[in-house]
Amino acid sequence: MDITLDLIRDIASGISFAVGLAFLLIGALGMIRLPDVWARVHAAGIIDTIGAELIVFGMILQAGLTQASLKLLLIGLFLFVTSPTATHAVANAAFTAGLRPLNLRKNQSADVLGRETKS
Amino acid sequence: MAKAIGLSVALFALWLTLSGFFKPFLLMLGVLSCLLTLYLAFRMKLLDDEAVPIQLRPALLLYWGWLGGEIFKSAMAVSRIIVAREMALHQQLIAVPAAQKTDMGHVIFANSITLTPGTVTIETRPGLFLVHALTESAADADGFAEMGRRVAEIEAR
Repeated sequence: MDITLDLIRDIASGISFAVGLAFLLIGALGMIRLPDVWARVHAAGIIDTIGAELIVFGMILQAGLTQASLKLLLIGLFLFVTSPTATHAVANAAFTAGLRPLNLRKNQSADVLGRETKS
Repeated sequence: MAKAIGLSVALFALWLTLSGFFKPFLLMLGVLSCLLTLYLAFRMKLLDDEAVPIQLRPALLLYWGWLGGEIFKSAMAVSRIIVAREMALHQQLIAVPAAQKTDMGHVIFANSITLTPGTVTIETRPGLFLVHALTESAADADGFAEMGRRVAEIEAR
């Protein structure tokens, strides 16, 4: 019984690692391929949300019901809260510095800011 | 008072998780350090909705589960664009209405938008967010409305 449970756990964490790794690689590829900072922010978003979380989840499955998995859960929680904050800080700084996306299809920034901004 | 109790419980749970020791002497030190932190937080007037968000509904956990599914779906969509031979980018800056009542609700909604690959919150004004979307499908107004409605449900008891 224990052996089968261990096997299921290994398979589940293996899948989690593999999918997470695929997302990390695609995110890294996106960092290189995408044309400007605005598009690259989204590639970084793939890495630091789903890539990192799936790797942490796989490690939690491996650690089982121990103190280590609680600590990993905390790491996942902090990543979940801090990574969008950091992404927002980068995007907001780029916007304030006057960078604008390439080939912008629709721009409603004047609606939000209440003034004309350069496009 | 409820905020103080909530913060002490959370602090002590954190202390236990990080230390893992159950000797009486060390436990006592842990309790003392939690009480000292609680006193400092009280003196700094930090016992509010922002630092101790116990006003959020427990359904927040269900919302995180739903958000995880959304993150996976949009991560797949963005990955498909990155690996495509011709990257189909339709970058746009769109205004998204945020109907949440509290600051915490706004923060959760803005962070949820940023967590979802393909959309990033850039700037906020009361009741309105400026969001950068990578593609036409990421900028779906119905999707934002659905997420905003779910956040409004969990923001306050």
